Amino acid sequence: MAYKKDKGIGPTAQNKISSGRNAKKYCRFKKHGIKYIDYKDADFLRKFLNDQGKILPRRITGTSLKFQRQLAVAIKRARHLGLLPFVTDNAK
Amino acid sequence: MINEIKIDLSNIKLMYETIFLTAPDLDQQEYEKIVSKVESTIKDGGGEVTNLEHWGQKKLEYEIKRFNSAYYTYIEFTAPGTLIEPLEREYRYNEKIIRFITVKVEKHHAAFNIKRRELGFGKKKAKG
Repeated sequence: MAYKKDKGIGPTAQNKISSGRNAKKYCRFKKHGIKYIDYKDADFLRKFLNDQGKILPRRITGTSLKFQRQLAVAIKRARHLGLLPFVTDNAK
Repeated sequence: MINEIKIDLSNIKLMYETIFLTAPDLDQQEYEKIVSKVESTIKDGGGEVTNLEHWGQKKLEYEIKRFNSAYYTYIEFTAPGTLIEPLEREYRYNEKIIRFITVKVEKHHAAFNIKRRELGFGKKKAKG
């Protein structure tokens, strides 16, 4: 039983190959040394939205908590200014 | 001892930046009038404009007051905190200003703004 539990947590070499997703997620703000997220740069912020215009969770983008908080503020400011959508209608 | 020190808030200048959107149906003269009015409000309140950018007409992601596009104006300024209230009141009273935002510029933000000006990030957006 203990063996089964371990399988889910640690990505062993075999696991990595079988899952096909072996790229480790990282926080891009930490990696590139970005200290301030600009709310005026809509094209950049768009990378953190899904097709509906929702903010992507940390578990998908890999952003650290510190920057996820700043990112959320930046996106909300951009939305207020009409640079980013609140919702996008996919049915169109 | 500490109690004796009085801080006069109107003397401490802080960095701010503000963006306001004006209706697209304005002519050039009316638009310039609004911009100069905002500038004079900042100056009258003891502030100083350090950077002014006209981003021109941009398409809005959603409808604001039945407009699909708007003129964006970006101003960086230093001013005492007491100025913000009259400035935002000015924005609200003006019917031609459809949206606005005022943000306090803090440490990393200030460094970013200096870099942004040097590299001319804003330049790719149409001026005028």
